Amino acid sequence: MAAILEFEKPIQELENKISELRSFSKEKGIDLSNEISILEKRAMEVRESIYGNLSSWQNVLIARHPERPNTHDYIEYLFTDFLEMHGDRLYGDDPAVVGGIGRFNGHAVTLIGHLKGKDTKENLVRNFGMAHPEGYRKAMRLMKQAEKFRRPVICFIDTPGAYPGIGAEERGQFEAIAKSILTMAKLKTPIITVVIGEGGSGGALAFGVGDRILMQEHAIYSVISPEGYASILWKDSSRAREAADVIRLTAQAILELGVADKIVPEPLGGAQRDPEAAAELLGQCLAETLDELVEIEPEKLVLLRHDKFRVIGALGAD
Amino acid sequence: MVLDVFRKQKSIAVQPELESREIPEGIWSKCGSCSEILLNKDLDKNLKVCLKCGFHFRLTAHERIKFTLDSKSFREMDADVLPVNPFKLTDYENKLTVARSKSSLNEAVVTGEGTIEGFPVVIAVMDAHFMMGSMGTVVGEKITRAVEAAVSGEKPLIIFAASGGARMQEGILSLMQLVKTVEAVARLGDAGQLYISVLTDPTTGGVSASFAALGDIIIAEPDALIGFAGQRVIEQTIRQKLPEGFQSAEFFKQRGFIDSIVPRSELKGTLARLLELHLQGVK
Ligand SMILES: [Zn+2]
Repeated sequence: MAAILEFEKPIQELENKISELRSFSKEKGIDLSNEISILEKRAMEVRESIYGNLSSWQNVLIARHPERPNTHDYIEYLFTDFLEMHGDRLYGDDPAVVGGIGRFNGHAVTLIGHLKGKDTKENLVRNFGMAHPEGYRKAMRLMKQAEKFRRPVICFIDTPGAYPGIGAEERGQFEAIAKSILTMAKLKTPIITVVIGEGGSGGALAFGVGDRILMQEHAIYSVISPEGYASILWKDSSRAREAADVIRLTAQAILELGVADKIVPEPLGGAQRDPEAAAELLGQCLAETLDELVEIEPEKLVLLRHDKFRVIGALGAD
Repeated sequence: MVLDVFRKQKSIAVQPELESREIPEGIWSKCGSCSEILLNKDLDKNLKVCLKCGFHFRLTAHERIKFTLDSKSFREMDADVLPVNPFKLTDYENKLTVARSKSSLNEAVVTGEGTIEGFPVVIAVMDAHFMMGSMGTVVGEKITRAVEAAVSGEKPLIIFAASGGARMQEGILSLMQLVKTVEAVARLGDAGQLYISVLTDPTTGGVSASFAALGDIIIAEPDALIGFAGQRVIEQTIRQKLPEGFQSAEFFKQRGFIDSIVPRSELKGTLARLLELHLQGVK
């Protein structure tokens, strides 16, 4: 059962009541199916109303939900014959980034993604999905390998951001992120980018130069975390909820700003409530997008990719 | 992507009200490194490098242009492009107004064409005095247009980076300027043209992680702060003090990310020599 977020408590209370009634009815042999179905209907209405009116901050909490499916889960659900590839051939292997080759919907593809852990122990290994330079350099190596063998690339973004640490700086993460953006800009093969959870700043953008940018319904994408925005611009990190509205980071906002191309629906209540259904919805969208992109000449893709980013935030004047 | 560069700023123009009456406004400046009081006219003559300790003061875009290009050769492009406030934030509007009136610039970058010892170039000069040189849509657009002008005019490109990173008030649109500028630089590279990136204090966040890192030649000014993550954020994350000289130009040169650290007094000459070495054909 997924951990309960504060704003989900009314749903939880109804569900508790339903299960109480069920066990009572079973124990005493009394038929309460009418009462139960009324409560179930009510629970569904409450869920729909809560999830239909999420604040930006509530969306942030869902995007960061510890039980939200991660890159590993989607690989399990959506890919066959997946073989993970390790290392950047320069320094090491970054556990915060996974990459490899597998089969998706009939196509051999290269898959690259940030990998967050599901608990503290996993997160210590995965560094909470915050990459070091060798993570971006591994990704670039796999992208170029994909280009050589004419494989499409699928990138899953799920990171709070690049790792603010001494080693990451020493090994030049500014250069690694810039090169990753450049590599994607020039890559002569289809690239699909999906934000599956948190898309935090440059660390996210390093895998973000796609021919299509998809966002899962409750994923977020931003230049800085709401906490960071509040603490730097307002000197008050407790105003993160407010900042979440100001910086426009929900999938809907990113779509309206012309950055995301499509929103991938999630099961009601978020992907963490039903990872398999979430994977199916994502798989459908990826399949359609991929079928469309493989029809386009690689040289043409590079030109179109340039044009796509050239007009983002274009100035109204002249 | 954090504008965590204020604490590093060592050059402080003397505030008249804080100093004794013997130091009239606009005549003297105090070195941010050795605290020497310097006559502005001497300081200007020395390209705003401390005469005592060699500390490089931050330059305005127009000072940089004056110290780099041949006199009267500069032709500004897109001078009249005004800032945008895509989310209509009141705080941001106010900050822009203040920045514009204090700096007499419309945005945090000045772009144009000119010559360096007779060699034509397209240049983009960022100005850290304008909202810490942060890159939003207008800065990204002006830099992109400058790169495109270099491509179409078949001229070498020089960009002087000076920025705390992406401009937070424009959200995801600022982040996308990293891609837009890198895409432009990619085309310049495909066209076989020279791009010299000069990293000045500070070059951090999204600017360090985009076009500034991609010069064919990367030069830095002495002691410039360079890097992706802000120092305060790093300290909070790892809970330890950062070593002396961390993220300086020298730090990154030693680790292989910078071709050369060039003092300001030699910068124009160095650029001219590089431009000459890249002329096509035998000379
Ligand atoms: Zn000094």
